[in-house]
Amino acid sequence: MKRYFHNLGEKLIEGLITISGTVTSITVLLIVFFLFKEGLGIFSQSPVAEGSVIAVHQNNPVKELKAEEVKEIFDQNITNWKELGGPNAPIKLFSIDDITDYYTEEQIGANFEYLPQRLNELVAKEPNILAFFPEEYLAKDFKGHQIKLANVSLGDFLLGRQWYPTIQPAVQLGVLSLILGTLWVSLGAILIALPLGLASAIYLAEIANPKVRNILKPVIELLAGIPSVVYGFFGLVVIVPLIQDLFGLPVGETALAGSIVLGIMALPTIISVSEDAMRTTPRAMKEASLALGANKWQTIYKVIIPYSISGISTAAILGIGRAIGETMAVLMVTGNASVIPHTFLEPVRTIPATIAAELGEAPQGGIHYQALFALGCILFLMTLVINLTVDFVSTKKKENR
Amino acid sequence: MAFGTTSSSHKSKKLAQSAAFFIFRLLSFSVVAILLVILGFILVQGISVISWEFLTEMPREGMTEGGIFPALVGTLCLVAGSMLFAFPIGILSGIYIHEYAKDSWFKRFVKLMTNNLAGVPSIVFGLFGMTLFVNQFGFGDSILAGSLTLGLLALPVVIRTTEESLKSIDDSFRIGSLALGATKWQTVSRVVLPMAFPNIITGLILSIGRVSGETAPILFTVAAYFLPKLPTSIFDQVMALPYHLYVISTSGTDIEASRAMAYGTAFVLILIVLLANLLANWLRRYFGKKVKMN
Repeated sequence: MKRYFHNLGEKLIEGLITISGTVTSITVLLIVFFLFKEGLGIFSQSPVAEGSVIAVHQNNPVKELKAEEVKEIFDQNITNWKELGGPNAPIKLFSIDDITDYYTEEQIGANFEYLPQRLNELVAKEPNILAFFPEEYLAKDFKGHQIKLANVSLGDFLLGRQWYPTIQPAVQLGVLSLILGTLWVSLGAILIALPLGLASAIYLAEIANPKVRNILKPVIELLAGIPSVVYGFFGLVVIVPLIQDLFGLPVGETALAGSIVLGIMALPTIISVSEDAMRTTPRAMKEASLALGANKWQTIYKVIIPYSISGISTAAILGIGRAIGETMAVLMVTGNASVIPHTFLEPVRTIPATIAAELGEAPQGGIHYQALFALGCILFLMTLVINLTVDFVSTKKKENR
Repeated sequence: MAFGTTSSSHKSKKLAQSAAFFIFRLLSFSVVAILLVILGFILVQGISVISWEFLTEMPREGMTEGGIFPALVGTLCLVAGSMLFAFPIGILSGIYIHEYAKDSWFKRFVKLMTNNLAGVPSIVFGLFGMTLFVNQFGFGDSILAGSLTLGLLALPVVIRTTEESLKSIDDSFRIGSLALGATKWQTVSRVVLPMAFPNIITGLILSIGRVSGETAPILFTVAAYFLPKLPTSIFDQVMALPYHLYVISTSGTDIEASRAMAYGTAFVLILIVLLANLLANWLRRYFGKKVKMN
């Protein structure tokens, strides 16, 4: 009997252990589910700013516009209906603030009680009007035609250059500048971190004596432990002003500042992963090289580095992965301007920084909120690809032995 | 003649080596210099701000005066909560992967997923924590939601630490125990785990240091901009040190006036990490074993 309970207890514990083993897998699947559930919602929502109506005269042949076109119209870059497939007539822009140009205050009513009616009249009599007003003033018997905005397509989303998620009357949700900003900053980071990190890894693995090594290893561990917000703060008070003075810039918050901070943050990953890779070089290979008359340096760059090249590339990929996903430090030092970067001395905005800065203000379930989740999906996919590549490279390496 | 050429090529070989080694040494020490500059700067600027009042008072005057007490307490709550979640599950999961799982597609899948989870950016954890814990489970912005989010973030680290520690235990101990008639669980709990314990605990302490500084996962799950009171339940919002530092250094009411507070907060954050590292190093030496942390 006692033995029976003992066995039962053991079965329970084993069950518990197995369940715990699946927690990470379940978490990853849940992350994918929720991220994509919210993120994909962006493709089934109209990009008209919440609670707004865009309307034209009922005889106007233009029935549907793209969000981008609406912005061009309101920026006066498109001024004729012809450009939108309509008649050759100038577009008459109207937004709710212009109502006093057409009607007196009595006609509108002290509490805007006649406003819906007036808007109705106005749209009915102006054939070339493009009116934009709040939904609450839409008359029940509205005689104009409400413009439908085309839903955001995947192409518009990924290749669009404009990120104005709260602009009236139609939000602009192009993330190309954010994707390029992220890659740009990460590329800069890896250009800084890779030479420094590789040199340190070689020094640690092959050159340094144990005493120096014992000092350097904890230092690198500590570098990995410093919170990203502290890096960001350091960047903000030291690196940003330094860059501003050095290059005579109006603002020091630039891609370069982000790259420097991220480069420092990626160092520990690069150093420890590539050092581990170099340490796996078989002793026999090194000794054979030395016995053939090669000196230590020749052995390093002709034997050890080629042998551990897959480990070194893993280190570089992991370093990029860290840089792409880093949020706080980048948010604090890159200036967050959503423009496509051309040099390292311009402000840029990355995907994680955008999510962190805007999610708090985006109403839940709205298109802006969903766009931020869609950005999260992109970020997740980027890091997934990186992780799978690393996994692939390291399994391949094992098979080759 | 032939002898002469060999000698000169030998010399140039040697020169190349000295030059290369010099550069490597220089670059390695510059990594150390970077760390020293960052630490030195924050510690020097921050030390004058630190006082008993700074640590135990509420922030005042738009967070330009007073202290960081609520943020300190908030961070302690979050660290405790996340570890309460991540330690047991992470250690059990590590045991599963290393001791129990058979070599099958499922084990490979679990390992792959754990690696993937380790690579998921912290802001994505924030998004996920917000949808699942804050909205779906209805915890709201709370210590509970924040702790669970941070716990998930720490999980892969805890699992990997456990796995590495178990790997370092020689198989002969397991075989010996099993040969004496012990069951699998008896072997794991009475032979393997006690031996791996020092290494596991050292890794866990390092992960505490890391969790206490995470900002992105708590942005939308718990962190309060300004909340000068202490939490009374796990469903309360709290301030947290890293978020507080972010707020007062970028978007506070008066950024210049709150600089001193920012240096002080950064000092405390660094101090937590330093203490965790020192403790881990001390334990390592105490147990006389090397732990490999990734």
